[in-house]
Amino acid sequence: MSIQVRAVRKRFGAFTALDDVSVDVPTGGLTALLGPSGGGKSTLLRVIAGLETPDGGEVLIDGLPATHLPVRERDVGFVFQHYAAFKHLTVYRNVAFGLEIRRRPAGEIRDRVGELLRLVRLEQFADRLPAQLSGGQRQRMALARALAVEPRVLLLDEPFGALDAQVRKELREWLRRLHDEVRVTTVFVTHDQEEALEVADEIVVVNQGRVEQTGPPDELYDRPATEFVMRFLGPTTRLGDALVRPHDIDVRLDGVGVPGRVDRLSRVGFEVRAHVDCDGQQVMVTLDRTRAAALDLAPGRAVSLVATSIGDPARPGTTRPISAGTGASGAAEFHP
Amino acid sequence: MSVAVRLGRGPALGLGLATLWFSLLVLIPLTAVLVETAAGGWGAFWRAVADEQTFAAIRLTVVHSLLVTLVNVLIGTLIAWVLVRDDFPGKRVLDVVIDVPFALPTIVAGLVLLALYGPRSPIGVDVANTRTAVFLALLFVTLPFVVRTVQPVLAELDREAEEAAATLGASRLATFRRIVLPALAPAIAAGAAMSFARGISEYGSLVLLSGNLPMRTEVASVRILSHIENGDLAAASAVAAVLLVVALAAITALDLIQRRVARRG
Repeated sequence: MSIQVRAVRKRFGAFTALDDVSVDVPTGGLTALLGPSGGGKSTLLRVIAGLETPDGGEVLIDGLPATHLPVRERDVGFVFQHYAAFKHLTVYRNVAFGLEIRRRPAGEIRDRVGELLRLVRLEQFADRLPAQLSGGQRQRMALARALAVEPRVLLLDEPFGALDAQVRKELREWLRRLHDEVRVTTVFVTHDQEEALEVADEIVVVNQGRVEQTGPPDELYDRPATEFVMRFLGPTTRLGDALVRPHDIDVRLDGVGVPGRVDRLSRVGFEVRAHVDCDGQQVMVTLDRTRAAALDLAPGRAVSLVATSIGDPARPGTTRPISAGTGASGAAEFHP
Repeated sequence: MSVAVRLGRGPALGLGLATLWFSLLVLIPLTAVLVETAAGGWGAFWRAVADEQTFAAIRLTVVHSLLVTLVNVLIGTLIAWVLVRDDFPGKRVLDVVIDVPFALPTIVAGLVLLALYGPRSPIGVDVANTRTAVFLALLFVTLPFVVRTVQPVLAELDREAEEAAATLGASRLATFRRIVLPALAPAIAAGAAMSFARGISEYGSLVLLSGNLPMRTEVASVRILSHIENGDLAAASAVAAVLLVVALAAITALDLIQRRVARRG
């Protein structure tokens, strides 16, 4: 089921959480709302769920107006950052809750809950209380609970935000596989660009209550519409006036490009980070170990830097350098 | 003495102290009441309890305490809800005023009630010498118990669990009954137990307004005092023992109910 958000506005007192936001979520897709904390992405998700009422604009689910539909009639599955487990109920009863509310026959509930517990790999924990589960298990339970009622759309608010790095990584891969299996239209909120890039089909970058850009992960990474998007999706550095990615700078010894001197080298696993001093400007370049060894890089060595430009046949999908000061051009390519 | 040994003795010492304290303050006096009651034998006990006037006093006390506790469970939970979930002018004042009946010396409360609802009532409500006076006085002094036990639990409640219930299709009533109430049940039960216990033991606040009319408005504690004044310690102990058993039964019953509600969902 598709979701359309049209010109939605929401204020909390003097704070504008959403300022004329429009988003289109296609049926069956996995869409990430990505942005910094306090940027409005969670509010947007809560407006879609009906947990917040917008001050203006409208929400359509599956083409039908949903703006004034109460939460419980919207048929959305919602997963909260802090699990929102029903603490006094067992894992089984947590998952069964929505079905019990809908007064489904006992046999059907038993089958459906069993099926979901298998799907989230919690069968053997059915009789435990949420307090007896780990964070990752609780979140899987919350996901099963949301999926139990076969919602039209699944909304996840920073679903892995409270988990430690290892579990986070596991769960997001698992979410991707789960989505490929269940195919329910899914929107998740995250402030972690890596999570969005890895998991989502489509990313909506939200900042200061506005949509900065929408598109598939590759497009956003390779062709960011604004300086904000470029900065937010990955590391950047300045070479002359251009904002470029550190891995999109070619280090040369033949003197072509901007001359500089290697200031400092640091190695992080496979990657080598070189800080190059170009006439007072600190430029960060990342290259792989082999390339660094071939260039025989060492502090003090004279090099020259060239930003690889868009359409470079040798390096497909490289970043288009953005010159300084084009930051606030907004969500021009956004409306459907 | 090694560290390991002292670590072992710490908890043991704590448990010992707690047991001693509990014994001195609770178990020994309770036993004394029971021993005093038993001293007269079953015959004396039954004569004392079966006495028409005494029985009426006990019944009045227990029935009114139950009624007042029931009202407190409903109204107390409501007040706690309003104090935690709503914003209105005068909320802070109300939050402080709730404790007044609890902080007031009971005889002062009795005086206040007499002045307000007695023969010279400025608002024209005279309930002196009626059972309504007993009910009113108990209601007044037991007001804070449920409010104060429920309030902090409600404030700590996970709002997102309620939102989750709503997204799963639960109405507000269903959410309250299946998600909120089970979480509040232990607190409500604790408040109800205190409210009931206070109710059956109340003396000061109702002694002035109720008039202590035998068979009509005389409560158990007043009956105990009159037995003692008449030098009949055995009869006084018999009434005390009955109140003790009733209180114990009430606390046990509340605990059982609370456990059921907390697990139901």
